[in-house]
Amino acid sequence: MLAYIVRRLAYGVLVVLGVLLFLFMLFFAITSPDDIARKSVGEKAPPRVIEQWKHVHGYDRPLWPGPDHMTDNLFVDHFRRMLTLDLGKSDADSVPIARRIREGAGPSLLLTVPMFALGLLLGIGVSLFVALFRESYIDRAGVLVSVLLMSIPMLLYIIFGQFLLSKVLRWFPLSGFDDDPVVVGRFLALPVLIAVASSLGSSVRFYRTVFVEEIYKDYVRTARAKGAGELHVLRDHVLRNALIPILTDVVMTIPFLFTGSLLLEAAFGIPGLGSMVVDAINANDFSTLRAMVFLGSLLFIVGQVLTDISYTIVDPRIRLE
Amino acid sequence: MTKVAVLLAAPGLFEQAAFGNAIVLGVLALAAVAGFYCAKNEIWRQALGEVFRRRKLSVLVLGIYVLLALADSISWVGGGEAGADAVQAHEARSLVDRWFEGTTEKSYSAPLGVAEFYDKTPLQRPRAHLLGTNILGQDVLYMTVKGARVALLIGGLTSLIAIPLALFFGLVAGYFGGRIDDIVFFVMSTLASMPGILLLIALIMVLGQSTFSVCMALGVTSWVSFCRLARGETMKLRELDYVAAARALGASHAAILWRHILPNLLHLVVISFVLLFSSLVLAEATLSWLGIGVRGSWGNMIAQAKDELSRDPIIWWNVTAAGVAVFVLLLCVNRIGDALRDVLDPRTLGEGR
Repeated sequence: MLAYIVRRLAYGVLVVLGVLLFLFMLFFAITSPDDIARKSVGEKAPPRVIEQWKHVHGYDRPLWPGPDHMTDNLFVDHFRRMLTLDLGKSDADSVPIARRIREGAGPSLLLTVPMFALGLLLGIGVSLFVALFRESYIDRAGVLVSVLLMSIPMLLYIIFGQFLLSKVLRWFPLSGFDDDPVVVGRFLALPVLIAVASSLGSSVRFYRTVFVEEIYKDYVRTARAKGAGELHVLRDHVLRNALIPILTDVVMTIPFLFTGSLLLEAAFGIPGLGSMVVDAINANDFSTLRAMVFLGSLLFIVGQVLTDISYTIVDPRIRLE
Repeated sequence: MTKVAVLLAAPGLFEQAAFGNAIVLGVLALAAVAGFYCAKNEIWRQALGEVFRRRKLSVLVLGIYVLLALADSISWVGGGEAGADAVQAHEARSLVDRWFEGTTEKSYSAPLGVAEFYDKTPLQRPRAHLLGTNILGQDVLYMTVKGARVALLIGGLTSLIAIPLALFFGLVAGYFGGRIDDIVFFVMSTLASMPGILLLIALIMVLGQSTFSVCMALGVTSWVSFCRLARGETMKLRELDYVAAARALGASHAAILWRHILPNLLHLVVISFVLLFSSLVLAEATLSWLGIGVRGSWGNMIAQAKDELSRDPIIWWNVTAAGVAVFVLLLCVNRIGDALRDVLDPRTLGEGR
């Protein structure tokens, strides 16, 4: 048990190092600091300006370790700073990235948590209903509607939802954010609604498959043979066992709740981490993007390690594999 | 390294119409060859026949999209009324370009309108624009039709990058196991742990913004899940008796992989390609909206709605045309994908029973 946990943790650390190596290759080796500087100050900037920009933003050191600069280089620096969560300053406006992430995480979570919880509840509810009527017209209609919903890009949900519900019908404010918890609810209602609608199709299809697969298993037949009603079977037998694959899927998405939703936040003017990334794209802010990718991966890896370890505590069979 | 970046970011080669045309025609030729071999094989013929029977309408509509993409990929220089514009005279124009020759107006006009939408100046061709014109005066029907080629280009080029990569590493890792498997699995878990959309944005910002680098980025982010599938399936197949028998008869590893394992993965390739295709079109729409998509895509047309729906009176035809085009294509692809999965592989991916 302990050996497994240690091994799993070590592998998690290895993957974190792998992510850092990948990010270094991407942001330092493939795009050299000169490229980054030129994107910020202009393609035709004189070398002196580029050197100055690199100096100000800390890119003016050797890329790789060498004989006379074993520790004072960008490679070692990248690993050391990321691993100590020193995310540095934005390439665009020199604001500390950590501060921006602290400020943005709140609004992002305010959007993603309700959207996630509501989407999960509705997805499971609808798919259970569809599974109850499996192989009937209701089931076929349910699957067809799911495919219809899945075939619409989220972009269209946002554009038409915002246009119809806020602009024409004026049920919701167009966009914005507020620190007051009551006011902010009004602003967040529509983005949450749109997110739930756009994800409903694929989640219903996935959960329905899980449920239907479970329904055809032997223990369900046994339960029916004992005389249990259909609703009782679904609630006490199928739902409970189907929760295992669903939970695995759910746990994988939780870490990404922190990174927010790019499209929704940008469209509805929510000052979260998604908006921060959109701003970073427009401003060629490579350091912010780098920090966000790393932070997202770190949360994901930590989440996965924790899930794996808790599985072994709950279900000893997993350790044997 | 910098040279690699320059090569990848160089728009010259990959942005040329000839390159895109070659990709689209190549993908269609590949599909035709695959279809020919499927028709010779009894099992595949039956399976594809069943898919066609179940999804006649979807296959028909998809065929129309493919024909439009094909018509927009056959292009040559010269001919027509090219004399008007010196630059245009040296550009290769496709069948679709030639069909819509000289339909460009000055600015927005409503569907079947007689005058410009805001200026009220009379149009050169009143009542000729079935879906109106966009901000540059281009016919919206024309742009929508051209989007079919772009969608096929994105899906085709990305699949050409992602699927061989995933298949190769999945096969090798699953078959040989040990160190090789460890390394491939490590690379997969590293890539899978990065948030997909952020990784996509980072790659495009680094590689520069061109059709090729967008497809490259989409390929890097999407090969992992198929690789994992191929690896798992290979691991299962490796243990089967017929593989042991082939080895006992003295077949080399390469021969076993090529002749005995790969053919048993092909149904997964087909299903993955179809599912990948719809996710790529969706992802490209998101990228377009963020301003880093592919030029001329439907996503780009939809992204223009950011301004167009806040004008007064609003411009609704551009976003509607592109939106309907995307929706219908994805619906057909998803429906066909479902049927393919049911018919070819009810076991490993068994959704939609």
